[in-house]
Amino acid sequence: MRSFSYSRPDTLSDALDRLANDPEARPLAGGMTLLPTMKQRLASPSELVDLSGLTLLRDIEEVDGEIVIGAMATHASVATSPVVQRALPGLAGLAGGIGDVQVRNRGTLGGSLANNDPAADYPAAVLALDATVVTDRRDLLADTFLRGLFETALEPGELIFQVRLRAAQAFAYSKFRHPVSGYAMAGVAVGLDQDGWRVAVTGAGPGAFRMIDVERQLGVDSSPEAIDALTFDLPELISDFHASAEYRANLVRVMTRRAVVAALRCHSGH
Amino acid sequence: MEERYTLSLTVNGSEKTEAVSARVLLVDFLRDTLGLTGTHVGCDTTQCGACSVHCDGEVVKSCTMLAIQAQGRSITTIEGLDPDGAHPLQVAFREEHALQCGFCTPGMVMAAAALMGSNPSPGEADVRHALEGNLCRCTGYQPIIAAVLSAIRRTGQ
Repeated sequence: MRSFSYSRPDTLSDALDRLANDPEARPLAGGMTLLPTMKQRLASPSELVDLSGLTLLRDIEEVDGEIVIGAMATHASVATSPVVQRALPGLAGLAGGIGDVQVRNRGTLGGSLANNDPAADYPAAVLALDATVVTDRRDLLADTFLRGLFETALEPGELIFQVRLRAAQAFAYSKFRHPVSGYAMAGVAVGLDQDGWRVAVTGAGPGAFRMIDVERQLGVDSSPEAIDALTFDLPELISDFHASAEYRANLVRVMTRRAVVAALRCHSGH
Repeated sequence: MEERYTLSLTVNGSEKTEAVSARVLLVDFLRDTLGLTGTHVGCDTTQCGACSVHCDGEVVKSCTMLAIQAQGRSITTIEGLDPDGAHPLQVAFREEHALQCGFCTPGMVMAAAALMGSNPSPGEADVRHALEGNLCRCTGYQPIIAAVLSAIRRTGQ
């Protein structure tokens, strides 16, 4: 790791100033990706602005029918939050299935979204839940925020404050974990509310993506027979030494059916 | 000259203040500065869990945390778990032959101790889930699971 300077601001304005004043400074959330990247010298920031002093960003609350999760909420705190467990139990389950307990105690929602790893779980969830990513300067819908392989709409120095999710929707996530890393070989997140279905895939392509065609088919008919008969018009999927594109395509089909069935069960329970 | 920061934290109940550079990892601070070599560096890539310690009671991998991130926090290492090395987990690991080379053991014990601290009555599935971030290349895990379950029984959980 190359040398860098370090700060832990107590206020958001101080954190934003530090990031604005030095284009080579980087915000540090849980560090679960940034620190390993720095060890490999794939990133060499001049300064790390540690956001852990901004306790406000750790809050998880329900406000006017929305679940608002602070960017610095750890995966462990989302998994065990009574608010999330009650309103979106599938999201609590997703958070509890990220990595391992040590990673969940450090890694954060904001860090995961800002990194937008193509195999991370949260990007699929925010797409399926039609979430709003709130930054220091604007509100971005997940569809606009995520831009594919490690890319987001975030501008230099822009910080995610929180993520807002409508509480009144059914949600389920089904993933096939890589047996070593725990990352999704294919994960499918499904959201269902009065506006219809939203279905998003992670782990299988170069960034999380929605399956609009599957959403449309489910909108017409979501009976067990129709779920079995879903057709998939998939983009080009990843082929690597973990799995071929064909294998991932099959995982997407299987995980979609499982997640849809789980979301329907959740929906009927509402 | 690399900038140094004054780091004040609690380690195994004792307050410590040391000057560190920002890039020093918590595990290296514990081992090299404080001489607490029970915390091991296995993979240095957040995978093996041999470097697991508790930070304010939560288990974390100290190879993927900067020492300076522990500013003001309370760290517990394997040396601080029990003054006599006779924590129920340590006793159970000996009895159940839950180690061969022993390299992963401090991390396994710290991860299991965190489970026992957060779950009032963990079952076998909970134990397996809690140890998912810790790799052992010798035992095949079964004796480790048996030892943790034995320690849980012993403490009346």
